[in-house]
Amino acid sequence: MSTETVHHTALTLADHLPALQVLVPFIAAPLIVLFGRRGIAWPIALASSATAFAVSILLLSRVIDGSVISYHMGGWEPPLGIEYRVDAANAFVLLLVSAMSTLVLLFARESVEAEVSARHHALFYSAYLLCLSGLLGVAITGDAFNVFVFLEISSLATYVLIAQGSERDKRALTASYDYLIMGTIGATFFVIGIGFLYMATGTLNMADIADRISEQGSNRTIRAGFAFIVVGVGLKVAMYPLHSWLPNAYTYAPSMVTAFLAATATKVAIYVLLRFVFTVFDPGFLFEFNTLGYIILPLAIVAMFAASFIAVFQSDFKRMLAYSSVGQIGYILLGIAMLSQTGLTAAIVHLFNHGITKAALFMAVGAFVLTAKGSFYNDIQGLGRRMPLTSAAVVVGGLSLIGVPGTAGFVSKWLLVEAALENGWWPVALLVVASSLLAVIYVWRVLEVLYMQPTPDGSTVQEAPMSMLAPMWIAALACVYFGLDTDVTLTAAATAAEGLLAGSTGLQ
Amino acid sequence: MRHHLILRVVTKLLIGSIMIFALYVQFHGDYSPGGGFQAGVIMAVGFIIYGVVFSLEDVQRVFPPWLVHKLAALGVLLYAGTGIVSLFLGYSYLDYTALSPHHPVHGQHYGIILVELGVGITVTGVMVTIYYAFTSRTPIMDDEAW
Repeated sequence: MSTETVHHTALTLADHLPALQVLVPFIAAPLIVLFGRRGIAWPIALASSATAFAVSILLLSRVIDGSVISYHMGGWEPPLGIEYRVDAANAFVLLLVSAMSTLVLLFARESVEAEVSARHHALFYSAYLLCLSGLLGVAITGDAFNVFVFLEISSLATYVLIAQGSERDKRALTASYDYLIMGTIGATFFVIGIGFLYMATGTLNMADIADRISEQGSNRTIRAGFAFIVVGVGLKVAMYPLHSWLPNAYTYAPSMVTAFLAATATKVAIYVLLRFVFTVFDPGFLFEFNTLGYIILPLAIVAMFAASFIAVFQSDFKRMLAYSSVGQIGYILLGIAMLSQTGLTAAIVHLFNHGITKAALFMAVGAFVLTAKGSFYNDIQGLGRRMPLTSAAVVVGGLSLIGVPGTAGFVSKWLLVEAALENGWWPVALLVVASSLLAVIYVWRVLEVLYMQPTPDGSTVQEAPMSMLAPMWIAALACVYFGLDTDVTLTAAATAAEGLLAGSTGLQ
Repeated sequence: MRHHLILRVVTKLLIGSIMIFALYVQFHGDYSPGGGFQAGVIMAVGFIIYGVVFSLEDVQRVFPPWLVHKLAALGVLLYAGTGIVSLFLGYSYLDYTALSPHHPVHGQHYGIILVELGVGITVTGVMVTIYYAFTSRTPIMDDEAW
């Protein structure tokens, strides 16, 4: 064979950012196992997560003006090769995931030491990084099948992480097993859906699928694919009747895992839903229009009420927050079901705001578990005086959960109400406000337990260590900051919503 | 299985050829059916059959659990590391052309051999780990009670 000269312009580090986003935590995970030392597992995890965070900031700063970065894996051109495609929508999700991961890792050291047995620490952080890189991969890839692969990487790691809670409570094992079964059914439905799309279009690249679907219009194969994908992702999102895995998984997982999952995993699944509903499929199709209007919208409203109502009657702070998460996902789905620029912006902003709010609250739960050895209301009775800083963080997070003006939660609920009124759906707007009253009740119950009840005699509970308070308060202050300065989040969310809706013809 | 003489002798004879076959499937994988995954499974079978016929302690003396974990991680690193090399040479991640820029076909060849080797090592590690995880549990029935 003769030697061929191939023209090639060398790529620089800046061109590699999309690959590095996923690679850094992905390579750190086996490195931790290879070193196998408990002492350096946490520093490596933190360093790689912080690097991913820095990369996501750089990526978002490049695409916030609406441009798109495309990275070709292995040099193969899309649609044949796998493409990493970064636009405002997923750069925003990447930022949320890597930021929350870094914050939770800062918080994690003492929490993990107390809740996970020492011989598992290195493998625990390794599984955590695999989960992180899976979630980042889901968000960044532009290839439908690659989404499935990354979804499985993050899910498998999640099952392991949840099961680690068995050190404290054996029910973590059944919770993890439940999630494994449900999550696998979800993933199977998702991949069946992709199979249908591949059958109909002959391609796996999302942008390419979108083009071909809009060329050939709707047919039965595409509709079946759509149905499978919505149900499959719905399981991962914990869309109301498919949420049964979530409360147990969140309750029995180690605290830092719950904080991380609540802030990121369901949010990434929602991103996948958004990507498929708006970019791959065309919301203009009557079928999709009806699905959103007659199935997702009522279920979202039911979630807002039913899950919040169940949360009111919980006697465990952590479990209450888990049910509240199901309710809050209802708000996000409601924003999506409105099928308008404002509704979608509200959904994306709420995705971010709810992420930081729940991170702050679940980190506070972690602090209670460390010092008071439990998160049941009778464990944390009267801790408002003994753990003033942690309790104050609960107050801030709780207010944001309700949606009190001046907190992040208010911004997104306000947008949601605005979007409902824009559509002329004033009963929906009233329901959003009414369901917030349920949040007032369940948040009030916690505050009552913390501040109004006496500390049990002989309690020696001390304030949580600084390493836990600092990240908790960064998240709590972020709730306030993003409630006052809405410029960054709203601009990014509006650009993202615009980008997602740009491909769809039926709406504009 | 101390009393099963035939099984023990045949196993000792077979293990060598099983491992050679694993290496054949591994390195001939780019010309014929096979590759890292299959080779890894076959290689793991070599260890697992040794564990089944002799005992867990015996196989763990040859292939200790800590080494199995490290190999599982090492394989992934070899795979990802191949990609990192092409990344540092100014090509896309996992673009094997970087390994031999003047002759891309050779580059693809070297790349796939390295990557498949990584897959093989990891699959061996993971398969043996799964076997160890199951058999390390305390037996309900004593081996002599059969």
